[in-house]
Amino acid sequence: MLKRPFHWRECLHQAWFIVSVSALPTALVAIPFGAVLALQAGNLIRQFGAQSFTGATAVLGIVREASPVVTALMVAGAAGSAICADLGARKIREEIDALEVLGVDPLQRLVVPRVVACAVVAPFLNGLVTTVGLIASYLFNVVAQGGSPGAYLQSFNSLAEVGDLWVSEVKALVFGATAGLIAAFKGLTAAGGPKGVGDAVNQAVVFSAMALFAENFLISAVTT
Amino acid sequence: MGVEVVVEGLTKSFGRQVIWEDVTLTLPAGGISVLLGPSGTGKSVFLKTLVGLLRPDRGHIWIDGHDLANCGENKLYELRRLFGVLFQDGALFGSMNIYDNIAFPLREHTKKNESQIRQIVMEKIELVGLNGAEGKLPGEISGGMRKRAGLARALVLDPEIILFDEPDSGLDPVRTAYLNQLIVDLNAEIEATFLIVTHDINTARTVPDDIGLLFRRELVMFGPREMMLSSGEPVVRQFLNARRHGPIGMSEEKDVSELEAEAQQGHDPGALPPIPPQLMPTAGRLRRSQQAPGTWLAANGVVPPPGSFVDERGRDWLREYPRLLGSVR
Repeated sequence: MLKRPFHWRECLHQAWFIVSVSALPTALVAIPFGAVLALQAGNLIRQFGAQSFTGATAVLGIVREASPVVTALMVAGAAGSAICADLGARKIREEIDALEVLGVDPLQRLVVPRVVACAVVAPFLNGLVTTVGLIASYLFNVVAQGGSPGAYLQSFNSLAEVGDLWVSEVKALVFGATAGLIAAFKGLTAAGGPKGVGDAVNQAVVFSAMALFAENFLISAVTT
Repeated sequence: MGVEVVVEGLTKSFGRQVIWEDVTLTLPAGGISVLLGPSGTGKSVFLKTLVGLLRPDRGHIWIDGHDLANCGENKLYELRRLFGVLFQDGALFGSMNIYDNIAFPLREHTKKNESQIRQIVMEKIELVGLNGAEGKLPGEISGGMRKRAGLARALVLDPEIILFDEPDSGLDPVRTAYLNQLIVDLNAEIEATFLIVTHDINTARTVPDDIGLLFRRELVMFGPREMMLSSGEPVVRQFLNARRHGPIGMSEEKDVSELEAEAQQGHDPGALPPIPPQLMPTAGRLRRSQQAPGTWLAANGVVPPPGSFVDERGRDWLREYPRLLGSVR
């Protein structure tokens, strides 16, 4: 699959495109995510009288589980749908056929750079989600719920490990590649005119989301 | 100089639906052939099978001693370099302007520098008459221009075989006439093997050296233009006359009882129209594969329909061919 020549320019171009369509929505989704986690978990924990452990829930909730899934859904929803629609439109306009007739392999030329771009960008987006989510969770806990900053940080530090971050990043990489592959496959097999492209995009997003949750479960089960 | 394409016993079906069976024909090297057929008879499928975009169920496509229908992926990509294909809507890359579209095959497959590429691209742009449009995107130009740009892109790698998928669809009759003249001139100049897939009767009657007719999931006939245009086959007569009466129905062929009912009412596909003279290249050139008018008819003792080979200026190309040839030169 990665036979030469690898199209660096196309890959960089696609990576930039994915960042541009998904960075802002991803960051914006991360804020309520962190806040809601702090609110719900914080409320529950306060009833046990263990409010100082809110920081610890943020480690488990945001770093390990929520942020790769949010990233994956954003990559599938924003980048995957755009890739699928782009390739699908090219397919029904016979551009893909033209490419093959001109002796250019569409897999090598179009699909590989896009999948690689998705896989590379997803861990970066994951870092963004983790950061924004943790800040939101901290601010919500400290400012809105009147928690103590010191207790939050102490409980956070007592549970957080570098390994969690690695697992999270690996998840994001796998999810990004999966979303890219499914989007590219659905786009290249689109048929039946403009409606076919719409159907392909819809299926690509739904299938990606389902595959991502299954993968998330598997990786979590294996690594804990 | 073009390459001969030999198709043997080609069969293609999608699931249980047979598209066409046992198609056998030879596209002569350097000649212009037309594949004619009613809508939905798999003309485009045939074209895509010829370039290996679809794999046939059975049969062979021999090009230069290689079987394109049964070769490996690498060989297929190599053989495709011999082809130039003009797709129905041009199939230009929507994200690139016309210049980059035409330059694309050169940038992918050759090590030419940008100034060499520019020279070739501008030459092809001029050949298809698109001067001044090179900076436009495919979405900003008309359908006829998109077709011509697609043709220019198909030409840059100097193909030996050029396939045209309905070059006349969606064009007005005047633009179709210009495009047909361009095709004939192009053949005179580069001498590649041409195959035009169309359902336009006028194109089929005036442009090619050979005509094939696809109908009822098979190749009804393939042979010299004069053979097809003087054939008494009901389906040929119906098609050439554009009549409702005959074997071709609205969605599919008619069954025998329907045909008998038509015959009893005295309906008929009509008599054969006169054979028009073949479209000549401009500037008095001759195509290498071209034959003098009436060659096949004389060799097979067939009398053409009355009024044949007379052009719109009343010149009889059958009788006055040597003189006319001298006068246009």
